[in-house]
Amino acid sequence: MSKNILVYIEQRDGKVQNVSLELLGKARGLIAEASEKVVAVLAGYQIQELANSLIWRGADEVIIVDDRILEEYMTGPYTKAVTAVIKKCDPSIVLFGATSIGRDLAPRVSARIHTGLTADCTALEIDGETGNLLMTRPAFGGNIMATIVCAEFRPQMATVRPGVMKALPADNSRSGKMEVLAVDFVAGDNHVKIREVVRETKKSRDIAEAKCLVSGGRGIGNAKGFQMLRELADTLGGDVSSSRACVDAGWIEKNRQVGQTGKTVRPALYMACGISGAIQHLAGMEESELIIAINKNNTAPIFDVADLGIVGDVNVIVPKLAEAIRKYKLCKV
Amino acid sequence: MDFNLTKEHRLLRQMYREFAVNEIKPYAEQTDEEERFPVENVEQLKKYGFFGLVFPKEYGGAGGDYLGYAMAIEEISKVCAATATIMAAHLSLCAAPIYECGTEAQKQKFLIPLAKGDKLGAFGLTEPGAGSDAAGQQTKAYLDGDNYILNGSKIFITNAGYAEVYIIMAMTDKSKGTRGISAFIVESGSPGFSVGKKEKKMGIRGSSTCEIIMENCIVPKENLLGQLGKGFGIAMKTLDAGRIGISAQGLGIGEGAIDETVKYVKERKQFGKALASFQNTQFELADMRTKADACQLLVYRSAHAKDSGVPYGTYAAMAKMYAGDFASDVTRRCLQLMGGYGYTREYPLERMMRDAKITEIYEGTTEVQKMVVASSMQLK
Amino acid sequence: MKIVVCIKQVPDTTEVRLDPVTGTLIRDGIPTIINPDDRAGIEAALTLRGQAGGSVTVLTMGPPQADVALREALAMGADEAILLTDRAFGGADTWATSSTIAAALRKTGFDVIITGRQAIDGDTAQVGPQIAEHLAIPQVSYAGDIQVEGETLVVRRMFEDRCHIIEVTAPCLITALSELNKPRYMSIAGIYDAYRKKEVTVWTLADIEDHIDTGNIGLNGSPTRVKKSFTKQPKGTGTFVDNASPDEAVEIIVQKLAEKYII
Repeated sequence: MSKNILVYIEQRDGKVQNVSLELLGKARGLIAEASEKVVAVLAGYQIQELANSLIWRGADEVIIVDDRILEEYMTGPYTKAVTAVIKKCDPSIVLFGATSIGRDLAPRVSARIHTGLTADCTALEIDGETGNLLMTRPAFGGNIMATIVCAEFRPQMATVRPGVMKALPADNSRSGKMEVLAVDFVAGDNHVKIREVVRETKKSRDIAEAKCLVSGGRGIGNAKGFQMLRELADTLGGDVSSSRACVDAGWIEKNRQVGQTGKTVRPALYMACGISGAIQHLAGMEESELIIAINKNNTAPIFDVADLGIVGDVNVIVPKLAEAIRKYKLCKV
Repeated sequence: MDFNLTKEHRLLRQMYREFAVNEIKPYAEQTDEEERFPVENVEQLKKYGFFGLVFPKEYGGAGGDYLGYAMAIEEISKVCAATATIMAAHLSLCAAPIYECGTEAQKQKFLIPLAKGDKLGAFGLTEPGAGSDAAGQQTKAYLDGDNYILNGSKIFITNAGYAEVYIIMAMTDKSKGTRGISAFIVESGSPGFSVGKKEKKMGIRGSSTCEIIMENCIVPKENLLGQLGKGFGIAMKTLDAGRIGISAQGLGIGEGAIDETVKYVKERKQFGKALASFQNTQFELADMRTKADACQLLVYRSAHAKDSGVPYGTYAAMAKMYAGDFASDVTRRCLQLMGGYGYTREYPLERMMRDAKITEIYEGTTEVQKMVVASSMQLK
Repeated sequence: MKIVVCIKQVPDTTEVRLDPVTGTLIRDGIPTIINPDDRAGIEAALTLRGQAGGSVTVLTMGPPQADVALREALAMGADEAILLTDRAFGGADTWATSSTIAAALRKTGFDVIITGRQAIDGDTAQVGPQIAEHLAIPQVSYAGDIQVEGETLVVRRMFEDRCHIIEVTAPCLITALSELNKPRYMSIAGIYDAYRKKEVTVWTLADIEDHIDTGNIGLNGSPTRVKKSFTKQPKGTGTFVDNASPDEAVEIIVQKLAEKYII
C-alpha cells in the first residue's frame, strides 16, 4: 500500500467542481513526506485537457479514465472506473466531495473494495501516533461532532463537505505526471438508462425549506428594499422572507411572512434586516441556527435572540455585505 | 389498575396529534373568522376513518374503541373545537344510536355510509320549548299507511344543512308522556323536511347550527328507530355516550390553551425577564396542568368503562361536568396570562375561550350532569 | 412486484437541544420516529404497490423497541414487517449494517428495495448504496419521483443542478428523499389492526446466518470506529456590535458566516 492520497475529481459537463479543488488543497496539507503523493482521479468523456489545471491546484499525478460511457454520471461505470484506479494506485486515503454524486459513488466503491467510509467530513487530520486519518463530521442532525477512524482497513475513505476545505491558488509552475488508464467497459456496465437529462431552473421554494433566509422588516423602508435583500439572499443560496409589517404594507407576498400568523422557520441562517423583533415575529424564527440581526435601534428586542447583532443602517450594510460575500467566494477558489 | 396507555392507543395519539397539527390547525382561524364549515377537515377526517372510529369494520368503521375516540376528539379540540363538534355530533349522536338500536337493514342503509363518512349525521331532540326539559317534545308523528308524518321544528341542530341523515325525536302518543316519544331516521331529502335559520354563535363558529323544520314530513315506516315509544330512552342513552366525546372536547380545548400559553410565557419578556420566571405564572400553570391531568383521567376512565361493558353513565356525567368547567376556567386564566396579546385575534386564546363555553351547555348542561351524579348517590 | 422497504427508527434530532449549562445533549423526552426519508420510502412503496400490484414488506435492523416503527408502517398499509434484532448486530458501522440488512434481503427476496437516502441520526447516506453493492444490483439514489411503466421503473434522480430521468428494471434499489412525496398518515383502522391482527416477524442472527459472513456484523465487523464524539459549543449570549462602521460590520458578518460554514 502506498501512502498516497487519492482525490476523486468531480466534473460535470467538463467543468471541475470547486469541492474537488478544495480536496486537492486539503490533500496537499495532509501529506507529510516527499514520498507521499496527491493523485487525482479524473473520470469522464473527453476531459483530458482538465488534467493540467489539477496539477496546478496541487495534484502530483492525474490518472484519467476517459470513455463515452462516462459522459453523464452513472453509478455503474463510475464505480468501475474509480475502483480500477484505486486498485492500481493502492492509496492510503481516498477523498470525495460530499455531493449528490460523491455520496452515491463513494459508498458503492467502499462496499466493493470492503473498506470503511466516513460521510460529510468537516475536518481531516493525521493522528501523530498511529498515522491514521482522523475524520471529524457532524452527526445526530448536526447536534454532535464525531471523530471516526478506519484503523484496520485500507484505503481510508471519506466524503468531505463542500465549502469547508481551502483550495490552493492555481500555480502553473507546478508539473506532474499524467496517465490514462484503460478500463474495460462493456455495454452492460450501465445497469440503468438515462432517458433524459433535465437542467433545473430555480423555482421559488417554500421559505420553510430554505437553508438561509434574508428577512426584511419595516426598517428596509419600502418594497424596493426587498430587491436588495434578494441579491444578498442569492449570494447565500438562500431565499427572502419578511416580518408581518412588510406584508401588511403590501411590499411582499403573504407566503413569505415569518411569525405567529405566518410561517415558522428554522434555517441554518436567519438574517433579520430592519426587523424590530416583536414577540409575534420571534415565535416564527427564534429556533434558527444562526441569527444575525441588523437594526438602527440598539434597543430592538431582536438583539435578545441574535447570535450576532449589528447596530447600523440596513440599506447601507446589506449591499456592502452582498458584495463582500461575492468577493469572498471568488477568493476561495 | 394500569394507568398506562396500551401500545395501540399510544400510536393512535401520535397519529392524532400529527394529523391535528398539520391538517386541522391550518384552517382553524379561518373556520372561526368566516364561520365557515371546514370542508377540508371533514374530507381528511373521512379519509382516515375518524367518522366511523368506534364501529366494526363490517359496517365501514375502523373497529376502534371509545378510548380511541375520546383521544381523537381531545387532540382535534386542542387545535379546532368546531371540527371536533362536527365529528362528535355525527358519531355519537347519529351513527351510534343506529348502531346500538337499529335493525340490520337500517345499519346497512344508514350506518355504513355514516361510518365511512360518505354521509354526515345529525341529531334532533332540542326544540324551542324543550331544552333541558327534553321530555316536553312538541314535534308530532303519526302513522299514515306506509309512512310516518312528522310535524314540528328542532333548534340548535349541529351539522344541519350539511348532514344527510338525522335522528329525530317526535311524540307518537302524547298520553304516554316520555313513553310516547319515538325516534326516527330522517333523510334530508325527505318531502317536507327543510333546514331553517343558521344560528350566530359565540364560539365553535365553524360548526353549522341550524333550525330544522318538518311540515308533513314523510318518513318511511322502516325508519322508526327502535321500538315505538322507546325514543326517549334511546335519546338519553345516546346522550350518555355522547358525553364521553364532549368531555374529551372540553379537555382538549383546555389543554390546547395551556400549550399555547406555555409557549408564549417562555418567549414574552417583561421587567427584564420571561413571564415564565414569575411565580404567579408558574403557579397558575401548575394548577391548570394538574386540573388537566385530573380531567383527562376522568375522561379516559369514562371511555374505558364503556369499552369494558360496565355501567358508565355516572362516570361520563362526572367527566363532562368537570371538563366543561375546566375548559371555561382554564381558557379564561390562560388568556389572562397572555394579557393584551391574548385578547387579540392574532393568538388563538380568545377563540378557545369562546369555544369553551358550549361544553358546559350542550349534550346536557352541567346542571343536568349534576342531576345525574346526584341521582347516582340516591339523593332525593 | 415484491417491494421491500428498509427503515430506521431514529430519535427526532430536530427536537434535540443542547443544555446551555452543561453543554451536553438533552436526549430525554425526545420522541423516536421513523426516519423522514424512510417514511417517504414507505409511501413510495405503497403507491408503487397500488400501481403495479404486489406486496410491501418493511424491514428494520434495530433494538426491540424498533417494533413501534414497524407497527407504524403496518398501520400505513404495509403487508409484512420484519425486525432484525440481535445483540450481535450492535455497534455496526455502515458496512456492517448494510451487510446484515443485505443478508436479510437475500432471505426475504425482493424485486425492488427502497431505502431512505439518509438517516437523521447517522447522517451518512451510505447504507442504501452499500446494500445495493452487496446484492450486486443497480441503485438509483436521491429519487425525487418514482413512476412505473409496465416492467420499468422511471425514477427522477436529483442532483444539485439537474436531474436524470432514469429507467431501471427489477431487481434494483432506490433511495428516497423526504421531498419525494407527502407520506400518508396511519389510518385509525390500520393502527388497531397493526397491534391486534398483524404480526412482526423477528429475525435474529440465527435466522440470517446462512446468508452472511458473521465476520461482517456488529462492532467487530465494522471497518470504522468512533474515536470520540463531542457537542458543539452551546449558544452563549450573542455578540453585540454597537459602534462599528458599515465596512467593519460587514467584515464581522462575513467572518461569522465563514466560521459557521455558511459561505
